[in-house]
Amino acid sequence: MDQLIVLLPLIGAIIAGFFGRLIGDRGAMLVTCGALLISAALSCIVFYDVAFAGNARVTELFTWIDSGSFEVSWALKVDTLTAVMLLVVTGVSSMVHVYSVGYMSHDPHKPRFFAYLSLFTFFMLVLVTADNFVQMFFGWEGVGLASYLLIGFWYERPSANAAAIKAFLVNRVGDIGFALGICGAFLLFGSAGFDEVFTAVPNFANTELEAFGISGHALTIICILLFIGAMGKSAQLGLHTWLPDAMEGPTPVSALIHAATMVTAGVFMVARLSPMFEYAPVALELVTYVGALTAIFAASVGLTQNDIKRVIAYSTCSQLGYMFFALGVSAYSAGIFHLMTHAFFKALLFLGAGSVIHALSGEQDMRKMGGIFKLIPLTWGLMWIGTIALLGIGIPGVFGFAGFYSKDIVLEAAYAAHSTHGTFAFAMGVLAAFMTAFYSCRLMFMTFHGRPRASREVMAHVHESPQVMLIPLYVLAFGAVFAGLAAYQYFVGDNKAAFWGEALLVLPGNDTVEAAHHVPLWVKLAPLVSGLGGVALAYLYYMAAPGLPAKTATALRPLYLFSLNKWYFDELYDRVFVRPARVIGLGLWKSGDGGIIDRFGPDGVAASTQNASRRTAALQSGYVYHYAFAMLVGVVVLVTWYILSQLG
Amino acid sequence: MTGWPILSTITFLPLAGALWILFFVRHDDEALAAKNARSMALWASLVTFVVSLFLWFRFDRASADFQFVERVDWIPAFDISYHMGVDGISMMFVLLSTLLTPLCVLASWDSVKSRVKEYMIAFLVLETLMVGMFCALDLVIFYVFFEGVLIPMFLIIGIWGGGRRVYAAFKFFLYTLIGSVLMLLAILAMYYDAGTTDIPTLLRHSFPSSMQAWLWIAFFASFAVKVPMWPVHTWLPDAHVEAPTAGSVILAGVLLKMGGYGFLRFSLPMMPEASAFFAPLIFTLSVIAVVYTSLVALAQEDMKKLIAYSSVAHMGFVTIGIFAANQQGIEGAIFQMLSHGVVSAALFLCVGVVYDRVHTRLIVRYDGLVNRMPAYALIFMLFLLASVGLPGTSGFVGEFLVLVGAFQVNTSVALLAASGMVLGAAYMLYLYRRIFFGKMTKEDLMAILDLNWREKMVFAPLVALVLWMGIYPSSFIDVMAPSVVRLVEGYEASLASAEAPLFASLWSQR
Repeated sequence: MDQLIVLLPLIGAIIAGFFGRLIGDRGAMLVTCGALLISAALSCIVFYDVAFAGNARVTELFTWIDSGSFEVSWALKVDTLTAVMLLVVTGVSSMVHVYSVGYMSHDPHKPRFFAYLSLFTFFMLVLVTADNFVQMFFGWEGVGLASYLLIGFWYERPSANAAAIKAFLVNRVGDIGFALGICGAFLLFGSAGFDEVFTAVPNFANTELEAFGISGHALTIICILLFIGAMGKSAQLGLHTWLPDAMEGPTPVSALIHAATMVTAGVFMVARLSPMFEYAPVALELVTYVGALTAIFAASVGLTQNDIKRVIAYSTCSQLGYMFFALGVSAYSAGIFHLMTHAFFKALLFLGAGSVIHALSGEQDMRKMGGIFKLIPLTWGLMWIGTIALLGIGIPGVFGFAGFYSKDIVLEAAYAAHSTHGTFAFAMGVLAAFMTAFYSCRLMFMTFHGRPRASREVMAHVHESPQVMLIPLYVLAFGAVFAGLAAYQYFVGDNKAAFWGEALLVLPGNDTVEAAHHVPLWVKLAPLVSGLGGVALAYLYYMAAPGLPAKTATALRPLYLFSLNKWYFDELYDRVFVRPARVIGLGLWKSGDGGIIDRFGPDGVAASTQNASRRTAALQSGYVYHYAFAMLVGVVVLVTWYILSQLG
Repeated sequence: MTGWPILSTITFLPLAGALWILFFVRHDDEALAAKNARSMALWASLVTFVVSLFLWFRFDRASADFQFVERVDWIPAFDISYHMGVDGISMMFVLLSTLLTPLCVLASWDSVKSRVKEYMIAFLVLETLMVGMFCALDLVIFYVFFEGVLIPMFLIIGIWGGGRRVYAAFKFFLYTLIGSVLMLLAILAMYYDAGTTDIPTLLRHSFPSSMQAWLWIAFFASFAVKVPMWPVHTWLPDAHVEAPTAGSVILAGVLLKMGGYGFLRFSLPMMPEASAFFAPLIFTLSVIAVVYTSLVALAQEDMKKLIAYSSVAHMGFVTIGIFAANQQGIEGAIFQMLSHGVVSAALFLCVGVVYDRVHTRLIVRYDGLVNRMPAYALIFMLFLLASVGLPGTSGFVGEFLVLVGAFQVNTSVALLAASGMVLGAAYMLYLYRRIFFGKMTKEDLMAILDLNWREKMVFAPLVALVLWMGIYPSSFIDVMAPSVVRLVEGYEASLASAEAPLFASLWSQR
């Protein structure tokens, strides 16, 4: 059954991709959606079997690479952590497949699109079922490839092509870290299999390693290298620049890859490697700081963006930061809990945004929206559900939307860590919650409320999406409302030990999730209050007094520009990496290869040989008196030498 | 072994085909003669390939010894014999050569129009020399084949090449010749020390430490040019650009592997102390090659030149792996050579496809090809991914094993080599974008046709190989493993036993 879950999407992709012309658009959509829905149904069964019946297992398929002691196999490891991911991936992916049937209805390349989507799902499933580092890397690079293909799906747009390449390259930068981390793990443990490594970790808890001229705690170095990989894939601060640009892809892609699944691969990776990270406290500290800074950075940029998808993209980036600092304070289960709830409401928001864009004939700029909530009430309502879930609003002790439970436990765990980095993360998290509330409501108000700012022509065409697009939204909305409450007990509540089984490791002193249940009341209320504050401010700015945003922007112009230009990361990287690479490349080619190596190498040798032969040839003039003269000189020299040597 | 001399058969079948074409393919009608020459060359190379498959099926994967050995005395007075045999290191290179030659003949089917007969003869002779080089177990025989390869290649570039073919051919010759002279001296020195030129005997012989250094340098001079390593790589881009498509295929696919094979067959096992001493030099040059040539590739305007530079970068991985001198490193290096042999050959064939149609290799002359050539775009994408080392393709396995091997020896080398992962992806994706994506605006591309059946036939085996090597590399690693294990063990044993290591005092960092 595990094999089927993973392979069905691949089979769908192959059929749609290679035989798309044969079976037609309809056939391709039927095959891929059908395969994914079956896969999702099977995942539910597996999830029950593994998480509740406790049947975690590893199915080995066949050997992959076997070089001396470096031995890895194709295998499917399914424990609770994987089962959760299987559920999320197949669930969201099948919904996105169905949604795309409606969303892509006018596109001429449907089979290709569905083939890519299914291919992505296959790679993602391989990633989450990996039982060794290298298979994980296979899935890891595979989803990167699928992401590249889907971002650049509309290949005639230069901006889409640029964004696709950027996504691939920035991810690859992170992958250097991942690859070297694998090398390091192999060097230290002599194996690349998870089970072997995890059992061996405690024996190497204090080993030192010298790498890149730095000598240090071996596990810390390896974990940091691996975390660099996670940063690339999960768009953490520094390696985040590709994610907003990735919005060039079709919206269902953004929902599936750049919100719900692929970008959470880094979170999954760190959670999967919890038995290693637990023994590398410095690495965990780094994870916390990076997560907290990303949360606040992305939220601050989200405040001022005008493209509806980019706002949600930055929001995703920010929420990933939450997940990471949860991991950093050893609250792995809380991080995965937030990952799961986030998948529901963020996919809902993206697909809702897609529905809006669809209704407005492709418009993405929020400044040209507004006043459409009466025209598309279902989308409006669904997006509000997603927004409230994202804000984490609920009545403590009674009921809350999904984000209410997960975000609170993340922040409480950070507080309960009682460490500098934990407290820092808590503070940043609460502040980011305020900003999140502000930009999310700003998005809703600008998009749906107020006066219509679109042209009359566009407004005349505004229409509710067809059922095939709405049904997936209902499913996701259901999850966004109830997933938090339903899963709380198992993920982070009283049943968590039985639920997770062996999947996550938390050392006895680090159990922040347990401690999170005993924090003071103000800590529990802080995120809610700060969120409500953000909502109120957004209402003031965009509903009550619409002149205020412009005034604030003028008053705080430097800050406004800083946020609007995304802290100038793109400009910085362009100056420091992209342009110099071109210039250096050209320079090395023209002056290195041409100017030095060739000039003094082959060309120089050839030229001096020619030169020498020309001179030699000049000696052979053919005049007898030239030769006679040369002979005379020779005789004189010989005689002189003879006399001198006799004398001496 | 069995009485049937299979290696000689594989080696000299193509030569027989060449002689057949030379003497029997004569016709007043030139077109008909050309047609016959093509078919004859195709048959000869195909039969050779089929025969060579015996090696694959009959090869004993548990043994590290030379297999299918043949030995006939040649010059007994000097203990020089005609000695052939393959082990796990060389066997698959023989197959690579016999696989690529028929593909080259197919790829030149329509594109070569002048002197077809001579062209086909050159390729068949080339095949004989390549196969002989990988099978030779006597230094003299090896040297003859090793240097002989230059001649047909020189002719192929110089006669059927592009505009600056003479310059390219001479540059190629100049570079490779200088190394050869030194190697000949080294071979003489080895003969005087060991009293034989028999390779298996030499492998057991241990040369004095001081002599090893000189021998190593002499061999290095020859092999480094062939690999090619930075800074003696500049012949490669010119040679590739001017060579006809099939010439590039053989050049990248097989000829570049001769250097790496030489390091594995001679430098590492016969001069272990010198190899250990010079390893940092190799690492430095290789890392420079990876970074430098990747950056240069980024700036290229000619497709073939770009791929040529990428070859230099990929071969940098090979040399790193070889001199990491552990099992992962060496197996990775061999795997990377095989993979590069398939992938770069395929990429040059890909360039040939559009060159045949539009007659230019300049990137700016292309755009939006995916609109008219979806099958071609798909195949190109697959080989591109293999070239950037995406897991699941052949390129990943070799590159990754090399990284694993290098990391155990020197982490900084691994880090810098890994940066090639990003740069490699950068220039390849940038190339792909410029050729395939965007709207189709160029007038002369509007009527371009997708792959025809002959081209698909050429690519089909390469596609299958790239995926097979990526998904189930064990079939290949199992072949090489025993020989590599023996090589590594011998290397470590002789390093350990070297009394008062001559060089160890000079180089203590590790």
